[in-house]
Amino acid sequence: MSFLTVVYAVLFYLATAVLVVGVGRKIYVFAKAPAPLKIPTTPAPTTQTGVIMRMFREVVFFESLFKGAKWTWLFGWVFHMGLFLVLLRHARYFQDPVFFPIELIQPFGIYAGFAMVAGLAGLFGRRLLVDRVRYISAPSDYLMLVLLGLIGLSGLMMTFVVHTDIIAVKQFFRGLMTLSLSELPADPILLVHLMLVALLMIIFPISKLLHAPGIFFSPTRNQVDNPREQRHLAEWAKRFEQQ
Amino acid sequence: MAKADFEVPELQEYTEVPKYVEGTMAHSSPYVAKPDHNTPLGFPGELVPDWHEKTLEAMGDLLGKYRSFQVYLDSCVKCGACTDKCHYYLGTSDPKNMPVARQDLLRKVYRRYFTFAGKYFPKLVGAADLTREVLDEWYSYFHQCSQCRRCSVFCPYGIDTAEISMAAREILDRIGYGQKYCNEIIAKVHKVGNNLGMPGPAIRDTLDGLEEDVLEETGVAVKYPLDVKGADILFVTPSADFFAEPHIDGLIGYGKVLHECGVSWTFSTKASEAGNFGMFIGSYENMRRVSMRIREAAIDLGVKRIVFGECGHAWRVAYAFLNTLAGPWDFLDPNYPVPQHICEFTWDAIQQGKLKFDKSANDDKVLTFHDSCNVARATRMGDKPGGQFEIPRNVIKAVCNNYVDMEADTIKERTFCCGGGGGLLTDDLMELRVKGIVPRMNALNNVVQEHGVTHMAAICAICKSQFTKVIPYYGFEMDQIVSVHQLVSNAILLTGQGESDDDSDEDDE
Ligand code: HEM
Ligand code: SF4
Ligand code: SF4
Repeated sequence: MSFLTVVYAVLFYLATAVLVVGVGRKIYVFAKAPAPLKIPTTPAPTTQTGVIMRMFREVVFFESLFKGAKWTWLFGWVFHMGLFLVLLRHARYFQDPVFFPIELIQPFGIYAGFAMVAGLAGLFGRRLLVDRVRYISAPSDYLMLVLLGLIGLSGLMMTFVVHTDIIAVKQFFRGLMTLSLSELPADPILLVHLMLVALLMIIFPISKLLHAPGIFFSPTRNQVDNPREQRHLAEWAKRFEQQ
Repeated sequence: MAKADFEVPELQEYTEVPKYVEGTMAHSSPYVAKPDHNTPLGFPGELVPDWHEKTLEAMGDLLGKYRSFQVYLDSCVKCGACTDKCHYYLGTSDPKNMPVARQDLLRKVYRRYFTFAGKYFPKLVGAADLTREVLDEWYSYFHQCSQCRRCSVFCPYGIDTAEISMAAREILDRIGYGQKYCNEIIAKVHKVGNNLGMPGPAIRDTLDGLEEDVLEETGVAVKYPLDVKGADILFVTPSADFFAEPHIDGLIGYGKVLHECGVSWTFSTKASEAGNFGMFIGSYENMRRVSMRIREAAIDLGVKRIVFGECGHAWRVAYAFLNTLAGPWDFLDPNYPVPQHICEFTWDAIQQGKLKFDKSANDDKVLTFHDSCNVARATRMGDKPGGQFEIPRNVIKAVCNNYVDMEADTIKERTFCCGGGGGLLTDDLMELRVKGIVPRMNALNNVVQEHGVTHMAAICAICKSQFTKVIPYYGFEMDQIVSVHQLVSNAILLTGQGESDDDSDEDDE
């Protein structure tokens, strides 16, 4: 086994652990903090089903963003949908046999890669060009886009320019899952691609990428508008009742 | 036109998004609360010496108590969708009045002390140390947010800057750095029962005067009861309704509607305030204490229902929080929502044919309606989402012939704040109030020019006070602002009104 393979194996175990434990911890923190008052942004659904529909529209269509900023919506949505398809497409590296729907989306997955990078470029442009968005950006906000962009570009390079041995890559990842290491091809672009992905996984739980779990915990979006019908007493607020 | 020692913005046809200009409102800061204002609320009298430690402690405490605070501090992606949504940014061009930048004032400290990235890579993620300058900046800019929630409508995660402002003010209060205007008022409510510190006899006096006026005007003896035990309805209204124009004309209207429906009702001295500034300072405990007065009054008087008068933030506390803070209301009549809004009450009565109107009484006016932020984005009326927009409009249209809406981007869930909400309705923030009203003024001016609108109706005591004071800066007259129930009052035909008119005419002859 080459040294490189071992390094990447350790890296991916580590990154996976950080991602799972980090995001899990954060979800626990979000879930544990009570929402002591009803604060849905109204008009809001009056039933649980309505809330699920609202959340669905937010997560899948970015409904509120659409109301708020059309260009950002366009770039952002194209990027995320691209990312989503690309991620699904990548599932084939982890499954054997490959799940049928994953087979099905393979051709779209390729275009999705371009869409993702184009969306990121649009977002980067907006961040740089709109004075207000530039004002609120920290270095990390640019770097995040650069990171994702480089992941996308290096991926596209491998699809279209310098191919790598994807059978071997698949064996490497299957090997990680079954605890039986197999050799990773030493192609520079592949190594860069994987390094950046591992970095993304590691910073996920300590960065603004927490918006992904965060949205599901946002009280202005996930609460049922029924405060006159039901009390909504938080555990910590109960002590006032006893006084 | 009113005079100002700052430049009053020019009205535009459409509110344009300005390029930012740093520091234009850095000097804006309301008077700091004195020990007399702070201690009755349970806060330290003045800035504590160990404020640094106490600030972080308070922040940590709130992170564990409010999911909104924790999730919103972590989730913002700096997409910028909210940056052009705040009336204070649009009116002042100060970038720190962009909702996300306002949050960042606090978020940068959160990151520095509570997150891995901020502890080890502060520059990279825009984290910053907590210093006295940062604290003063919080004090300034978290008192330039009217907690109107307009930003939360457009944020992809519903991040509500109002929640951050409330938390910031709670933190400031806990270190003895509160705002005079809010804390003085809350102290008055705890002591006397209303924001204005009006004692019971003064209220009774006013109500006697109103009874005489209404009798004279209509010939019908409409009663405005106070502290009547055994009445069916406890009526809770903002104390401005007892004395200020145009609020009091609205109060006259409530009385006429209740009289005509034949219900027994009463005001209460103990609960002579619908408003609850505890919300503005983000203090659950103070908000609860103020709310409990209503519960106590309801029990003391033995009422069966509770109805609220026209007030925006009061309706938010009433509709969204009262059940949680001061419930359960199991001793009240379960056939009615607790509490009810007077507009819901009036609209029900109209639909049941209980009220008769002469709409021509309002023919001297062409009306538009200002959706108050708290009603629009934090509550509901009736049983369908959006009832808070339809019901007040339905009531207005039932009593007026001429009604026009302002531009769609400035009403309903997208309504612009009056510029004086969230505990900013104080003379020491006049510049902010005059500039923050700009988007609303532009929209109003448009319908005035294009549709001949003469009056703007509102259902909020703060909106009405802010408008009557500030629209003169833009060449409007203060009496162009009306209460919705003032319009009802103008048009309603009370049973016996015609007859007694005749009687009195005969008497005169
Ligand atoms: C539940 C899943 C997710 C939802 C609903 C969601 C939604 C959003 C929305 C609405 C925005 C703002 C618009 C924009 O700037 O694009 C955004 C921004 C962003 N998202 Fe997501 N997202 C999700 C998952 C992810 C994941 C898994 C990643 C990356 C691994 C990601 C990376 C980003 C980045 C980098 C931005 C900032 C874009 C910028 O700088 O302008 N998101 N997300
Ligand atoms: S809540 Fe209203 S006033 Fe406060 S930042 Fe958001 S838009 Fe501005
Ligand atoms: S709209 Fe929401 S996520 Fe976007 S910058 Fe504003 S607060 Fe942050």
